[in-house]
Amino acid sequence: METAMSFTQPTTTSGMSPRRLLGAYLEEARSECLRYMRAPGFMLPVMLFPAMFYLLFGVLMARSEGADVGRYLLASYSVFGVMSPGLFGFGVSLALERDGGLLTFKRALPMPPGAYLLGKMLMAMAAATVVILLLLALALSLGHVTLTPVQIAALLLTGVLGVLPFCALGMFVGTLIKGQGAPGMLQLIYLPMSFMSGLWFPLPMLPKFLQQIAPVWPSYHLDQLALAAVGMRQGALLPHVLVLFGFAAVFLLLATQRLRRHG
Amino acid sequence: MTHSDPVIARLEVAVKRYGRRVALDGADLAVRRGELLALLGPNGAGKTTAIGLLLGLLRADAGTVELFGQDPQRIEARRRIGVMLQNAELPPTLQVGELLRLTASYYPTPRALAETAELAGVGDLLKRPYAKLSGGQQRRVQFALALCGRPELLFLDEPTVGMDIEARQKLWMAIRQLLAEGWSVLLTTHYLEEAEALADRVCVMAHGRMIHEGTVEALRARVARKRIRCRSALTIDTVRGWPEVSEASQDGERLHITTADAEIVVRRLLGADAQLRELEVQRAGLAEAFTELTRDADEASNADQREAA
Repeated sequence: METAMSFTQPTTTSGMSPRRLLGAYLEEARSECLRYMRAPGFMLPVMLFPAMFYLLFGVLMARSEGADVGRYLLASYSVFGVMSPGLFGFGVSLALERDGGLLTFKRALPMPPGAYLLGKMLMAMAAATVVILLLLALALSLGHVTLTPVQIAALLLTGVLGVLPFCALGMFVGTLIKGQGAPGMLQLIYLPMSFMSGLWFPLPMLPKFLQQIAPVWPSYHLDQLALAAVGMRQGALLPHVLVLFGFAAVFLLLATQRLRRHG
Repeated sequence: MTHSDPVIARLEVAVKRYGRRVALDGADLAVRRGELLALLGPNGAGKTTAIGLLLGLLRADAGTVELFGQDPQRIEARRRIGVMLQNAELPPTLQVGELLRLTASYYPTPRALAETAELAGVGDLLKRPYAKLSGGQQRRVQFALALCGRPELLFLDEPTVGMDIEARQKLWMAIRQLLAEGWSVLLTTHYLEEAEALADRVCVMAHGRMIHEGTVEALRARVARKRIRCRSALTIDTVRGWPEVSEASQDGERLHITTADAEIVVRRLLGADAQLRELEVQRAGLAEAFTELTRDADEASNADQREAA
């Protein structure tokens, strides 16, 4: 018995090679992407809403008003489309997984630090890419918008990185609310914020007061960057980048604090 | 199993409060290498809190919590454990094989996928999305996730809830196989037969403390009661009148008697009814032992509260 025991004695060491550690991060991101790409309940609304709005306002109704309107609305609806994988992909899933015990389970496992959040972030970035590609396809084919390759690349980059402040906001809301309450709460943030940032109708068409407070919303700043990307806006971009960066940092900090404290 | 085996998970006078409620009130627990320790206790006894401390999910307000001699919140300590929690909703759209691959990636030297699948009996489920599985199959997958990292210590929280008898037997066999290979298990369960079938030692909790720790045998012995069953024409009132009988019930002509002095009661029974048939005497099961222990603890705790009031 003794010899048998020592023979099969567990030989696991707790050391983890850097390669396996990187592998764990990649597996986490891959699983996160796979599970949401396979969930039509998540992907369909995220993709179809901006595409439908763009078709309606940017293509059909803008036909008589020239390509500039189509181009302007491409930028705005890209921002509208990019917000939702950030807010919902991050916020709703975090709220549900805190409720359903998955987060607890993952915290008990030796998952490398940050892999969970990093995985969700990459998933949101992937979903944002898909949304923008879809809008670009609509704009270039049906909307008769012309863009240079640099402009296309700039819009993609704006979207893929622009999703991150909304991930941070979604994450914060996900730590405030558990379970099924989160989607409703996030809609209450998502839709009014989109409207008040001039994503549905250009800002100059909105009441004076809303125009004045628009710089409060992160989506306003991302819209400025997206407009610049498609060549509809001149002027300094750095202030907008900094505001978005600060916004992301503040909410990420608040959210990680809450997660650490309340789980 | 000897007392010299090293302790790999330990609680020492651990205290955990949630606001004014004390969930753990100086609890001690030690899991030794190579053993299966069953943690028993009624709901609200503090089992989940004790497990939560050992997994690093919670921080103790006082006392010592150690996993392989380290703080369980250190990832190095958790790389040596496998976990099966009572209610964790896994990603519904991921396939079983994908879940195994992901969980195995967290560990330094995991088992091969095929080996894990074989041990946990999920080989035929690898391509199925998690959400399409039955409750029992999902539990098996969760068991597979617990052992895929080749952990030295398994935490199994109510592992067989929702399983049919056959699936439960299979899981027990897999657990015995792991124990034979020298792994250790901390099991919480409501099924006392599960503890009886698997455990080297049993730890009973009530009101945030350990009220009994020892072998299954010792727990049974602590409660000296025996069960007597027979068919007899005697009335229940006659039997209840005997001073040695602590409880008696009747079901048709079948009598169930609980007593601390089985020999005396059997002699009385045979003397009073020459026609008595199908006589059976049994030592109380873990269930009775357990009920009695926790009832004592309840009374003690109530007495404390009365004194405090």
